[in-house]
Amino acid sequence: MSDGTTQPATTGPTAIPPQTPSTVKPAPSNPANTVMGPDKIDRRTFISWAGVAWVSFAAATGGALSIVLRFLFPNVLFEPPTAFKAGLPSDYEVGVVDERWKEKFGVWMVRTAEGIYALSTTCTHLGCTPNWLPGEAKFKCPCHGSGFYKTGINFEGPAPRPLERYRISYSEDGQIAIDMSKKFQQEKGEWNNPESFLTV
Amino acid sequence: MEALKHFIDSVSSPVTIFTLATVLFVLFVSFPRISTSKPVSLLLLALFLAFFGLGLTDEHFRGIVTTPDNVPIVGLIVVFGYFTWYAMRKAVINDMRMEKGEPTVEQTETNEKVLVFPYLIFIEFVVALAYGAGLVLWSIFLKAPLEEPANPMVSPNPSKAPWYFLGLQEMLVYFDPWIAGVLLPTFIIIGLCAIPYIDRDTSGSGFYSFKNRRWVITTYLFGFWILWILLIVMGTFLRGPNWNFFGPFEVWDVHKVVPLLNVNLSELIWIKWLGIGLPKMWFVRELPGILIVLGFLFITPVILAKTVLKSAFKKLDPIRFGILVLLALMMLSLPIKMYLRWGFNLKYIVAIPEFFFNI
Repeated sequence: MSDGTTQPATTGPTAIPPQTPSTVKPAPSNPANTVMGPDKIDRRTFISWAGVAWVSFAAATGGALSIVLRFLFPNVLFEPPTAFKAGLPSDYEVGVVDERWKEKFGVWMVRTAEGIYALSTTCTHLGCTPNWLPGEAKFKCPCHGSGFYKTGINFEGPAPRPLERYRISYSEDGQIAIDMSKKFQQEKGEWNNPESFLTV
Repeated sequence: MEALKHFIDSVSSPVTIFTLATVLFVLFVSFPRISTSKPVSLLLLALFLAFFGLGLTDEHFRGIVTTPDNVPIVGLIVVFGYFTWYAMRKAVINDMRMEKGEPTVEQTETNEKVLVFPYLIFIEFVVALAYGAGLVLWSIFLKAPLEEPANPMVSPNPSKAPWYFLGLQEMLVYFDPWIAGVLLPTFIIIGLCAIPYIDRDTSGSGFYSFKNRRWVITTYLFGFWILWILLIVMGTFLRGPNWNFFGPFEVWDVHKVVPLLNVNLSELIWIKWLGIGLPKMWFVRELPGILIVLGFLFITPVILAKTVLKSAFKKLDPIRFGILVLLALMMLSLPIKMYLRWGFNLKYIVAIPEFFFNI
């Protein structure tokens, strides 16, 4: 490789290849033909191959994207029931926050002397599930320390508004019916709505 | 010993620890020569080791700092503390050399160039090996098992974010989710990106120095150490069940009762001071708070430009000055809101639950 004269392709400051007849091109008569050689492709072929390549690339990308989009629509959608029957009013002890429906439906049943209301177990700050602390008579959220009275009114921590109440009524068989599709918010004055409180 | 622990626990609260850390920080940056001198540095190190060593004899303290999740935070305190001290030490040495008219350490070092390969690469390779070995040992000795499947109806008590988000979680105690979770993080990221465009001063670039960049470095370190690292440390070690605050040696009692009754500014003004009850219209009700917030964001910059930050206002053009002050005010809003909560149980300055807008 040190001798540039035997390697026409080698270029270097001192190695100027002798121009052998095979490498000397005739003066170009047509500029478009200068890039063409026996193993080179012309513009038309190139564009048609590029078209094939782009179409297959777009098809592959589109196929992959369509699979991704398909994932946005699950085969099975779990939608918990929005209504349930919560037993008879006599099942609930006056003054006690009942946690029997917390696990399954996310509802606290609170029985007061006047009646019953159903509180949502979702903290109004960022949606954690608070704990009912009977000793301190308050709901306390473990995530950022929001606290709510038994009524659901927020009094400490960052929660901006009270816990929500669900629609509560009697069903035909005398049981309590909770409808979680309808919420009552205290700050909108909705707790005055008779459907938010079940008089016993 | 027990008396000392009890004393530390009884004075531990977010406000005392935050204030103490801020005072220590201000002392550190106000007297960098003294605080990075050998006797003071050794004293600080000895105090830290003594506190940590004695703390380890306490069962509760040991349980918290050796929890696998919390071990990185102990390392974080050590590593960040060391590097802050190290950079400040180098800056102090350079400042003293420049005062005497000598070239900085970096300038003398530049004359003795060495090649990246093999000298630097070799060092990096050895460090990478040691680091890899350390990670293997870490993964063997500190278990991080999966927990039981999540149940949306049961939030663990306390529910803690990953350690790098604990600063955000602490901010969420004082702010509405959209501010602490969206607005402030966005400002942090944009603000960090904006630093080179706001601060185009090239003095002190290329070598460690503190004296001629005192305010810039202090502001950055305050945001980093006090408003981020300290909040992570507090969230990791001192926040317990129900997100209550516990002293370092205090047992995490689920039934600890902390009397807290937060009030909104509107309630303070209309009920307590004026004694006329809350107005029905939310706009009238929240008008004082809205005016305070607007004043804080738009009148303070004008006052600052005419008083404390006069020189900065001259140096920067109005737009850059405005952006700088806005970022600084957003940063300051965190400690301001924290002190308002601690001092006056103030929940929200503007509270409009009607459409989820609280400041």
